[in-house]
Amino acid sequence: MIRQCAVLFSCLALGELVVWLTGIKLPASIIGMLLLTLFLKLGWVKLHWVRGISDFLVSNLGFFFVPPGVALMLYFDLIEAQFLPIAVATVVSTILVLVVTGWTHQLARKSHGLRRK
Amino acid sequence: MDFVENKFFLIALTFLLFFGAKELQRRTGFILLNPILLTIVALILFLRFTGISYETYEQGGQMIEFWLKPAVVALGVPLYLQLETIKKQLWPILISQLAGCVVGILSVVLVARLFGATREVIISMASKSVTTPIAMEITQAVGGIPSLTAAVVVCVGIFGAMFGFRVLSLGRVKSPIAQGLSMGTASHAVGTSAAMEVGEKYGAYAGLGLTLNGIFTALLTPTILRLLGLI
Repeated sequence: MIRQCAVLFSCLALGELVVWLTGIKLPASIIGMLLLTLFLKLGWVKLHWVRGISDFLVSNLGFFFVPPGVALMLYFDLIEAQFLPIAVATVVSTILVLVVTGWTHQLARKSHGLRRK
Repeated sequence: MDFVENKFFLIALTFLLFFGAKELQRRTGFILLNPILLTIVALILFLRFTGISYETYEQGGQMIEFWLKPAVVALGVPLYLQLETIKKQLWPILISQLAGCVVGILSVVLVARLFGATREVIISMASKSVTTPIAMEITQAVGGIPSLTAAVVVCVGIFGAMFGFRVLSLGRVKSPIAQGLSMGTASHAVGTSAAMEVGEKYGAYAGLGLTLNGIFTALLTPTILRLLGLI
């Protein structure tokens, strides 16, 4: 467990270092995730070094969103005043993203596959 | 100080409520009983009822939220496990991510504007499809209200987790890869955890969608908002 945490937090800290050095407008966690993938690929990190904790964190991702979700209560006034635009925009846009991403992928994959043949 | 303001009590309460909500959904199988949504609603009611401020809750809450960042790093594991499949179809993935990202930003901005949202709210919603840490940083960069973004992001995630797979099958998106990607692109880590429950393969692609859309959205949001004359 200690080794698993050491690996995970090292990747996160490296992500923070990259952000600090370059001033890049990306979150350190995303850079850390890409670094972890890279290190696994290069064999610098073995899969069993991170498996336990990463499985736990990944399968409970939703739980960590509870506190930022509770922050909703701070914006009840704003949300109440503009409920319709916020709700409609959220729902419509999320449906569009789901369907457009899915369709584009299926179409692109089909033409990509045809070209390969 | 009342005991109910003790941060360990508040952390314990959050765990207990979430555990209870998960059990409830497992037993009933009812899609509307989303554990994240239920826990948030129950906690807000509890805080309102006891008169505890959000700032006080946050003392405990931030200990939980803290794990969001390491959890995003941990998504590197399912990503690594699917690397070979991803390499084989890099272009379809990149193109669909780009399409999803642009549609996501444009549609949320235009619909919110059409329905009369204020400029501040519109730019705070632009990054709503991507995961909280990224979305909040984007909002900060374009001058919106980051915590409003966080709230909208959570709603988007819950909506995606609850209805995402239904929308996809109604929209005739059938391939597991396309479904996983779309879930991660549209509803970030919460959608990814719903995809993970369907299968590790779905989860890995959702993780990929979450990452790529996070990167694209961070890069494109300022430009798109500028082109629309919002910043």
